[in-house]
Amino acid sequence: MSFLTDRKRAVGMGSAKSGVHHFWAMKMSSVALLILIPLFIFIMGPALGSSHEEVLATFSRPFPAIVAALTIIVGFKHFRDGAQVMLEDYVHGTTQKVCIILLACLSYGAMATGLFAIAKIAL
Amino acid sequence: MVQLTLPKNSRMTTGKTWPKPEGASNVRKFQIYRWNPDDGKNPSVDTYFVDMDSCGPMILDALIKIKNEIDPTLTFRRSCREGICGSCAMNIDGINTLACIYGMDEIQGDVKIYPLPHMPVVKDLIPDLTHFYAQHASIMPWLETKTNRPAKEWKQSIEDREKLDGLYECVMCASCSTSCPSYWWNGDKYLGPAALLHAYRWIIDSRDEATGERLDDLEDPFKLYRCHTIMNCTKTCPKGLNPAKAIAEIKKMMVERAV
Ligand code: SF4
Ligand code: FES
Repeated sequence: MSFLTDRKRAVGMGSAKSGVHHFWAMKMSSVALLILIPLFIFIMGPALGSSHEEVLATFSRPFPAIVAALTIIVGFKHFRDGAQVMLEDYVHGTTQKVCIILLACLSYGAMATGLFAIAKIAL
Repeated sequence: MVQLTLPKNSRMTTGKTWPKPEGASNVRKFQIYRWNPDDGKNPSVDTYFVDMDSCGPMILDALIKIKNEIDPTLTFRRSCREGICGSCAMNIDGINTLACIYGMDEIQGDVKIYPLPHMPVVKDLIPDLTHFYAQHASIMPWLETKTNRPAKEWKQSIEDREKLDGLYECVMCASCSTSCPSYWWNGDKYLGPAALLHAYRWIIDSRDEATGERLDDLEDPFKLYRCHTIMNCTKTCPKGLNPAKAIAEIKKMMVERAV
């Protein structure tokens, strides 16, 4: 119980004066993925079903390796930003902060793993 | 944490079925949410039968008829009965709308009426809109100027005045905000479509000189960016306005300012 005025409750702690950069980052990664995902499918498609050596050969060429790496970087960044918004929607308080940290570990971990794999094949 | 089930004392029960009007041949069934803060009981749905031959064409006409002739305890807000005061907003046939301008003929079968969703209920069909109004007040719904007051008036061109069309008509009925899942989950911090539509109305007013401060106050992950373009607001607005577009315009201005 606390005797807050309605106005005080509505204003809360005021504006965080941030949010536009998160919003803009999401827009940029969306546009980038619009280009990267079709390219990635275009490259991965023919490699599907081929032998291990042929797949390794595809990914050791610069263009497919760079496209795959960019897709992984931008894809997981986009995933992190988007899933954070979902967490903010549905989870609150300390649980929310912990979930956001775990999400960052998961996204950047997956990103690093993918990049390592590509580096190992390509270099 | 998001709550997906109703608290125990909010679970619905079946209420009273009121007798059919005698001698009426054209009867329509109304199922209406009832809750009384004073009797300690759970909310219930009462069933009423209304003689359509002696009833006006709008949902509000039926509600008034029920209150006058069947059950005087049925409680709801209304005033203008022509869609301009915004008092009679409620959830009719699953849609948030104004009872006074929603025609009975727009509904097939029984008419189900509930209060606006996800708001505390004061009684029956009356939601507590205190927080909704306080949020509206927080966006400073008035002209803010810094230049000395002109001798005659703050001038506005016809083109600039046209930018307010589709915004100034809002009657603050709260249909949009209470239809928005984001407002349901985070309404304590998210301003909701109605307050944001009003915020935009003052942001783009050519005479207003607090544009920067207004944008500053809105730039917040919760106050503004809880809008995920779900568009329930635009779909439900009984005045045919487009709050989702107003919010998108604010987001565009934010980017314009920062990037
Ligand atoms: S925008 Fe429409 S639905 Fe929302 S408060 Fe205004 S009139 Fe009601
Ligand atoms: S009674 Fe005024 S809007 Fe319905």
